[in-house]
Amino acid sequence: MNDWDDLYLEVILDHNKNPRNNHELKEHTHHADGHNPLCGDRVSINILMDNDIVKEVSFTGSGCAISTASASILTETIKNKKRNEIEKLFKDFHDLVTNEKEVEKKLGKLAIFEGVKKYPARVKCATLSWHALMAALEGEKKTTTE
Amino acid sequence: MLFENIKENFPILDQQINGKNLVYLDSAATTQKPNEVIDSLNGYYKEKNSNIHRGVHTLSQKATKDYEKAREIITRFIGAISSKEIIFVRGATEAINLIANSYVKPLLNENDEIIISQMEHHANIVPWQMVCEEKNAKLKIIPINDNGELIIKKIDELINERTKFISLNHVSNSLGTINPIREIIEMAHQNNIKIMIDGAQAVQHLEIDMKELDADFYCFSGHKIYAPTGIGVLYGKKELLRKMPPYQGGGDMIKSVTFEKTIYNDIPNKFEAGTPNISGAIALGKAIEYINRIGISNITKHEDDLLNYATSKLKENSKVRIIGEAKQKAAVISFIIEGIHPHDIGTIMDSQGIAIRAGHHCTQPIMDFYNIPATARASFAIYNTKEDVDKLVEAIEKCIKVFA
Ligand SMILES: Cc1ncc(COP(=O)(O)O)c(C=O)c1O
Repeated sequence: MNDWDDLYLEVILDHNKNPRNNHELKEHTHHADGHNPLCGDRVSINILMDNDIVKEVSFTGSGCAISTASASILTETIKNKKRNEIEKLFKDFHDLVTNEKEVEKKLGKLAIFEGVKKYPARVKCATLSWHALMAALEGEKKTTTE
Repeated sequence: MLFENIKENFPILDQQINGKNLVYLDSAATTQKPNEVIDSLNGYYKEKNSNIHRGVHTLSQKATKDYEKAREIITRFIGAISSKEIIFVRGATEAINLIANSYVKPLLNENDEIIISQMEHHANIVPWQMVCEEKNAKLKIIPINDNGELIIKKIDELINERTKFISLNHVSNSLGTINPIREIIEMAHQNNIKIMIDGAQAVQHLEIDMKELDADFYCFSGHKIYAPTGIGVLYGKKELLRKMPPYQGGGDMIKSVTFEKTIYNDIPNKFEAGTPNISGAIALGKAIEYINRIGISNITKHEDDLLNYATSKLKENSKVRIIGEAKQKAAVISFIIEGIHPHDIGTIMDSQGIAIRAGHHCTQPIMDFYNIPATARASFAIYNTKEDVDKLVEAIEKCIKVFA
């Protein structure tokens, strides 16, 4: 048992080393750049929407292990989901990492980020890609965690 | 050994963070405070609190005396000619803004130029950008080399008849570089240009003497030299300060006020509008007395030893790269570890009770120069030991293990 095991779970470390869907997306309908000015992390999200459903999603950018893994898992999670489902997921995910209230809904793989709530300085790392995602869906081009 | 028991003077260091003894390696962000400084704040509010320069009552006289005594202590500490040259401000940031607005702005015409460097803290960039924008003037940048040293010969090329001012840091907060400011001040003066030195990262490490340096303006923040936040010092040559218009208007900075005409006070009061941070100024005096007792040259030597020890330890690890390898350095080490984001380094360190800083350290142009988003930074002060360095090195190895 290491002191940091509650945060850096194996799955997170794996997604950091081998991020999924980590490339540009030539054909896309939505795009936004997320920026965390505090640490300089940048994550861009590209989405191809069809009929209100995410057909393709990818991310690019550089960041810490938490923000990279979060972006990677985000892309896996939202594929083939509807916009309103994604909005709900974002809310639940936000609650999960900020501990505002107990999250009862099953969050699947996203639940591995629960450890973040013990590290308030890292909440923005976990949510950066989600903020970019929401901005993309709302048709904004840029967002920051501020 | 002089430094063996120094930790005991700093009560905050005697605690556990995440179940580990605290190792504080973030003194470039802010230093911890010795008992004397904490007691001074406490004692002031328990026994002397009152407003200065305006009361006939005893408390006010006591407070005024202590406040002005602090100014004397600082005058001697930085080797100024007169205590009139010492202006209390909130910190380095306010000092630079004051000079930008009260000294430089009135001099600036369209297309004039101000010179700063690639390695400045945002506090020594943004105020100049603001006045340049207002006056349609230009900011010129002294470049740095890969070691993180100013390329001195470029300064000559940048200086021309439109150059109105130079502002430079003495020591870089993210690279640790000690700049050859004596030489640069001389270059400025040969060209009849006035120069400000941002000493926010210098006065806590190095002996300085205004008479010898001949800087026109010099500033530092109290909180980085063992004193509280919210107090700092602007030094300026008397003849320059006297000619400058005030920065802010209010009480204490005037001799007399009528609606027809207000007569400003003499320096330094002309630049200290409103009720100042009295307890902070007095505590800053105490912090400097504390340093004087240890001896600034002993401090330089102690921190040099730590820097050399830490540098050689970090260099043993091929995955670690030190950012900033100037020949002359203060006890600040920025580093990156291959494949690991500084933010993650910071979190692992924190889990081990080690406080370092991870980020751009308010010096984004330096990060751009090295083409990195951020660094991890360990910075040392009088209370640090080789044992602290060993713990840092151990934690770096743990980081590498986790993210391998
Ligand atoms: C070189 C340098 N200049 C200026 C500042 C600004 O100091 P303050 O925030 O205390 O005004 C700092 C603080 O980090 C610094 O390191």
